[in-house]
Amino acid sequence: MPWFTDILNAVVLMCNFMIVPALSYGSQLALGALAVTLVYSVLRFANFAQGDTMAFATVVTILSTWVLQNSGISFGFMPTAILAMPIAVIACLAYVLLIDKFVYEYYRNQNSKPITIVMASVGVMFITGGIVRFVLGPSHQIFSDGARFIITTREFKEMTGLSEGLAIKTSQFLTVTIAIMLVGFVFYFLQKTKTGKAMRAYSDNENLALLSGIDPAKVVRVTWILVAVLTTIAGVLYGLDKGFMAISYHQLLLPTFAAVIVGGIGSPIGAIVGGFVISFSELTMTYAYKKFLIYLLPEALEPSGLVQFLSTEYKFAISFVILVIVLLLRPTGIFKGKVI
Amino acid sequence: MNQYKARLFISFSMMILLLLLVGFFQSWALCLTIVNLCLISAIMALGVNIQWGYAGLFNVGIMGFAALGGMSVVLISKNSVPEALQAGGLKMFIALFILAATVAAAVYLHKKFQRKSLVILTILIGYFITRYFYSDASQSIESVNPALTGYLGGLGLPVLFSWIAGGFLAAAAAWLIGKITLGLRTDYLAIATLGISEIILAVIKNEDWMVRGVKNVTSIPRPVPYEIDLQQTAWFQDMIAKFYSKSLDILPVADQAAALKDYISEASILMVKLSYTGLFTSVLLLLIILATLALNSPWGRMIRAIRDNETAASAMGKDITKRHLQIFVIGSAIVGVAGAMLVTYDGQFTPGSYIPLRFTFLIWVMVIVGGSGNNLGSVIGGFVIWFLWIMAEPVGFWLADLSTSFLNSENFFRQHLLEHAQYIRLIFMGLVLLLVMRFSPDGILPETNKKL
Repeated sequence: MPWFTDILNAVVLMCNFMIVPALSYGSQLALGALAVTLVYSVLRFANFAQGDTMAFATVVTILSTWVLQNSGISFGFMPTAILAMPIAVIACLAYVLLIDKFVYEYYRNQNSKPITIVMASVGVMFITGGIVRFVLGPSHQIFSDGARFIITTREFKEMTGLSEGLAIKTSQFLTVTIAIMLVGFVFYFLQKTKTGKAMRAYSDNENLALLSGIDPAKVVRVTWILVAVLTTIAGVLYGLDKGFMAISYHQLLLPTFAAVIVGGIGSPIGAIVGGFVISFSELTMTYAYKKFLIYLLPEALEPSGLVQFLSTEYKFAISFVILVIVLLLRPTGIFKGKVI
Repeated sequence: MNQYKARLFISFSMMILLLLLVGFFQSWALCLTIVNLCLISAIMALGVNIQWGYAGLFNVGIMGFAALGGMSVVLISKNSVPEALQAGGLKMFIALFILAATVAAAVYLHKKFQRKSLVILTILIGYFITRYFYSDASQSIESVNPALTGYLGGLGLPVLFSWIAGGFLAAAAAWLIGKITLGLRTDYLAIATLGISEIILAVIKNEDWMVRGVKNVTSIPRPVPYEIDLQQTAWFQDMIAKFYSKSLDILPVADQAAALKDYISEASILMVKLSYTGLFTSVLLLLIILATLALNSPWGRMIRAIRDNETAASAMGKDITKRHLQIFVIGSAIVGVAGAMLVTYDGQFTPGSYIPLRFTFLIWVMVIVGGSGNNLGSVIGGFVIWFLWIMAEPVGFWLADLSTSFLNSENFFRQHLLEHAQYIRLIFMGLVLLLVMRFSPDGILPETNKKL
């Protein structure tokens, strides 16, 4: 049945170049978006420093990884960076708490307009970007080690006998598993624990929460702890997958914000869904369907061009267009977030 | 009020003194270069001040609007490339026309029928037709002498027109963004401007048929004479000879001609820079006068009333979204004009040089340090911060060098520090922004008529 193998080949091709990368990119975006949405709902401002803080945490991870590698410690087939991550979480937490203490706390106590705090966060973004570039420079760094693939294309081809292969990178596998575990933990924390409930209450109605004896300082602290964990893990996973470059972390800001707004600002589930909406749209729009169509269409109809909707350089444009469509048609996002 | 006047006097005279010091101790050419870039920065800061200081609108995409201004310089002032126009000009215009028609049709259909399927169908059809014409046209245009042209070229008009065109181009982009995001949450505008500036840059860098992309456009025509022409003009030669007549007379006759030639070539460089200074100063003055008149008019009072209390202003029947849109468009247009002036001054359009640190962030520091809401504040902010930015690089190197001078020159830490010293000024500028915002939110020159 050649037509059946053709369809299978097309499906595998799609999985290899679109679905697997989109799943892992989406998970990375979702974790970052979750951090942004937490800051949004508890501290009430759009944190422009998110991308650069991710870069900061990744830089700490990279440095710790190098130290670990030099002392001969490795993590089997897993990347050493996973071992270095706890150090980075602590460093990132210290950094965001320090920033909160010296920058955001003042504006919070002053009851400043949200836009003033946003501006302060832009200042923090540039300082963080400066620190990142000062420590590691603007160049591309690859810090993943261990086994690169869980399944290589060749193994897959031998296993199934298809002409198309499906490769799963260790980093992609790690991204999806860690993201699922982390998101599960965050949701459990927010829904079931007392502190999580206090956070939700504070986010819903600050005055009422204060009246019922919730300690605002604790809520803020716990939020930053969650943000630091999410930020570090998102940053490291993105770096393991695509390599570290200061500018590309900075540019993650737009898709992250788009994910938050698409899902609905302040809605954690929305942030996750938004992350995947953005990643899947980016990949479906920039994927060249030529080979896929060759498998599926009869020879007479085979396309001559790449059959690509947009070139990959315009991937920001996709998050932006999605953002615009959501703002025009449903400003509250998919899962009704807060408006105005 | 007197205290304000004292501040105004002290800050401006300090700045002038600093610039004079550069002139006396380094060189006048450097001094004028700094002044010219300070003037451009001041105009950009003025545009942002109109948005932030007057209306509290936060624009994180200054870079994009400045790049649009720069692009317009190429589109207006460069000569057209007839071969490219012949090869794909018509098809490209058809593609652009269909694109515009599709967008217009989609908006019309959406408003008239509210049927999403109809809108999506229109967009899809429009996309494929545009795509058909576009890919053909862009390929044939880019293949015309790619090393030198490979683009459509411009209209070949005098370069000064492009300053106006740059303003209009930036205004159009701002209108689009403002129309979508103003009236929603305040931070949506910030996010959308961040996005549009990335997209503008992506388009400029990748659409080679338009402005050559990262291949850069050089030798843009000037609004002022060239040094070489100036050196050969009689009146200029006479003027320099008269000016230096005393120092020339002491020299032996044989050396006089050579010395005069040196003086003339030196003076021609200064003269060109000085003409730019004159042009930029007149634009700045014009904009300041207009902005101040607008700020003190009933319209300006309304804008400030909206900024200070939106609810009260809307209760008085003011259309907040519309006023915000106006302000946003005007401010962005000024940024576009400044962007065009910068490219004119540089004489080349290099999309790779547009980085958010230099364009978005630095301008913000200027506005905040100068004093948001005060037009003269933006000017002094533009001067002070640009001066600091220029001077911070050598100082950063010097600090890095000094603090590690006890280390071996091969030491890894020392080498790393020297190599990355340029990023110190980024951290430094960020600190300046945060410290001023926190401890002196009024800036150098506070807003004069804060109370209505």
